[in-house]
Amino acid sequence: MKKTIVLGTLAAVGLTAGMASAGTLDDVKAKGELACGVSTGLVGFAAPDANGEWAGFDVSVCRAVAAAVLGDPTAIKFVPLTGKTRFTALASGEVDVLARNTTWTFSRDVDLKFTFVGVNYYDGQGFMVPKALGVSSATELDGATICIQTGTTTELNLADYFRSNGMSYEPVPIETNAESQQNYLAGACDVYTTDASGLAATRATFENPDDHMLLPEIVSKEPLGPLVRHGDDQWGDIVRWTLNALITAEELGVTSANLAEKSAGTDNPEINRLLGSEGNLGEMLGLDAAWAARAIAAGGNYGEIFEANIGESTAIGLSRGLNAQWTQGGLIYSPPFR
Amino acid sequence: MSMADQTASKPSFRLSMLIYDTRYRSMTIQVIALILFMLAVAWLLSNAASNLAALGKPLSFSFLSQPAGYDINQTLIEYNNQMSHGRAALVGILNTLLVAFLGCVLATILGVTIGVLRLSNNWIVSRLMTIYIETFRNVPVLLWILLTMAVLIESLPKIALFRGENPINTMSFGNSVAFTNAGTFIPKPIFLSGSTPVVVIFFLSLVGIWAFGRWAHKRQDETGVVLPTFSIKLAIFFLPSIAAFYILGQPITLEYPVMARFRFEGGFVIRNSLIALWLALSFYTAAFIAEAVRAGIQAVSHGQTEAAAALGIRPRRTMQLIVLPQALRVIIPPMISQYLNLTKNSSLAIAVGYMDITGTLGGITLNQTGREMESLVILMACYLSISITVSLFMNWYNESIKMKER
Repeated sequence: MKKTIVLGTLAAVGLTAGMASAGTLDDVKAKGELACGVSTGLVGFAAPDANGEWAGFDVSVCRAVAAAVLGDPTAIKFVPLTGKTRFTALASGEVDVLARNTTWTFSRDVDLKFTFVGVNYYDGQGFMVPKALGVSSATELDGATICIQTGTTTELNLADYFRSNGMSYEPVPIETNAESQQNYLAGACDVYTTDASGLAATRATFENPDDHMLLPEIVSKEPLGPLVRHGDDQWGDIVRWTLNALITAEELGVTSANLAEKSAGTDNPEINRLLGSEGNLGEMLGLDAAWAARAIAAGGNYGEIFEANIGESTAIGLSRGLNAQWTQGGLIYSPPFR
Repeated sequence: MSMADQTASKPSFRLSMLIYDTRYRSMTIQVIALILFMLAVAWLLSNAASNLAALGKPLSFSFLSQPAGYDINQTLIEYNNQMSHGRAALVGILNTLLVAFLGCVLATILGVTIGVLRLSNNWIVSRLMTIYIETFRNVPVLLWILLTMAVLIESLPKIALFRGENPINTMSFGNSVAFTNAGTFIPKPIFLSGSTPVVVIFFLSLVGIWAFGRWAHKRQDETGVVLPTFSIKLAIFFLPSIAAFYILGQPITLEYPVMARFRFEGGFVIRNSLIALWLALSFYTAAFIAEAVRAGIQAVSHGQTEAAAALGIRPRRTMQLIVLPQALRVIIPPMISQYLNLTKNSSLAIAVGYMDITGTLGGITLNQTGREMESLVILMACYLSISITVSLFMNWYNESIKMKER
């Protein structure tokens, strides 16, 4: 009996691995929908809204890809994944693209055989504490109990940070964001740590957000971005350049409002190449000429997506900071459309 | 067809007999089935191996010796984040064994008590036990685990209340134990020099209890004199060790937990995740054990109880000496399954953040190294060997209490 279970698992892994190696673009077109791996619910990044529609910053990347490839930003099957299940889901072909605030690291890129197509949010790991704890810096946290989501780079950064500062701590590993919140709010742990953007999003959902504060220390570099499997470069290119199209659109001043007007042709050759009125960039990708225009129409350009989901006007209230365009002193930079 | 015909034709064995001769047919079918099964296994294995190789991830267990890089809060052996993934897996296995052992002990005590009480003549008691069994049996154990954890972290006093110059809450039992929603802090015994004789005497007294038990039993068999064994055993357990402790100048002291900036330092901490998992698994499994116990007791003929009553044996002694020993034969086999279930259910530990083998090897290690196949194979092997060990032990015990037919 035990043996059969082992074999069944082997078989399942073997078979799904076999299927995943076909061309992803053809698969997606044949299915008529894009399987997109998102987080299990992080307001602002990926969470179902009041109507059950997924919305958020990471979700918008998937919407843009679906619009570019299938012509329909709603032709998406969202697969909510925890920090632990996400890589298996992508490797096995259960999802075509993983847009789940995943940190781009060497070992994930090289050893886990994934391709990070770019960075859509430059983040860093921070700490949130109740103001009542009376702590104003992470260096005062020696001996604290810290809630962490398991299966993330967070717990490794945390271990490194405390070791390099010669401090001790007690980790409380938690599977999902919701349970971390429960533990943190009940006072079972003093500190909650994850990416600063995630902390801001979590704090925004608290009953009394003002009772909690983020500590000034950012202890790691967390470039978050969408990723795909190794070995299907065409698909990787499609997702990479869809993201770049959103970024370039903001840089060139193409918005969802003036998209139709600009698509007809402008004086700027790069806009024309981007929106398909000049050149054959879409054909090179294996798509049609209007792919980027559709991607931008899905949710607006990068800046519009940012402002609508996590910007300063939202409850999450993140400023652009590092995520401003390079022309504005930020790190968001797309290679040219040429 | 007579037997003589068959034996006569035996020397001239023909290949077709493998199918047409009933003596060989079942063997032939089994051999063919076995070959097909092995082929299927080989195909699955090679398929998995070649697909993993195609993904660029050939099977390799070298990750086990790389530094783990993450911390674990509840460990039975020394561990820090510079130790290997293998060590982290070992910490996980020990944590699994710990909760499985504690769970089996508590579930047995609760289960037997509840099972016996369910048959009580007292209407209220038996009904209460029925309610207990039906509630625990019919709700998934994961929900019980989550509920217990939620109750613990929401209802126990916040650890913040123990902090500061004038804490709102103080420790219980003469400043030695603190129940908080971050865990229970208890004193830790410190063995100073000269404590060895006390420990040796303690273990000797355990041997003494066992030897006394045998002697008393034998004496009762021979002479019929019943000794108050329980109180004598209790005395052997405590008196020599305590005497040695004071004679040798109290060489064992307690290290009390003391509040530091954020939490208690020193002493032991029992995390709520362990308590929640332990209690939930025990309460849940106890309901099933209680049913097994009830079935076992009801399987013993009522005539036995009546005969005991006729001999003037009191109901409690009847249960202890006549009913339960016979019922055990019926109870033990389903009990083995319950122990195995409890052990396997302990893999739900991750729901409350208890780092068992599923949490370390099958969780963080798997995630950080991306070695799904290898981790899961090791994980399965671990559970399989734990379960088989429990099973073998319980089967041995079952043999030893079986009716000896002479």
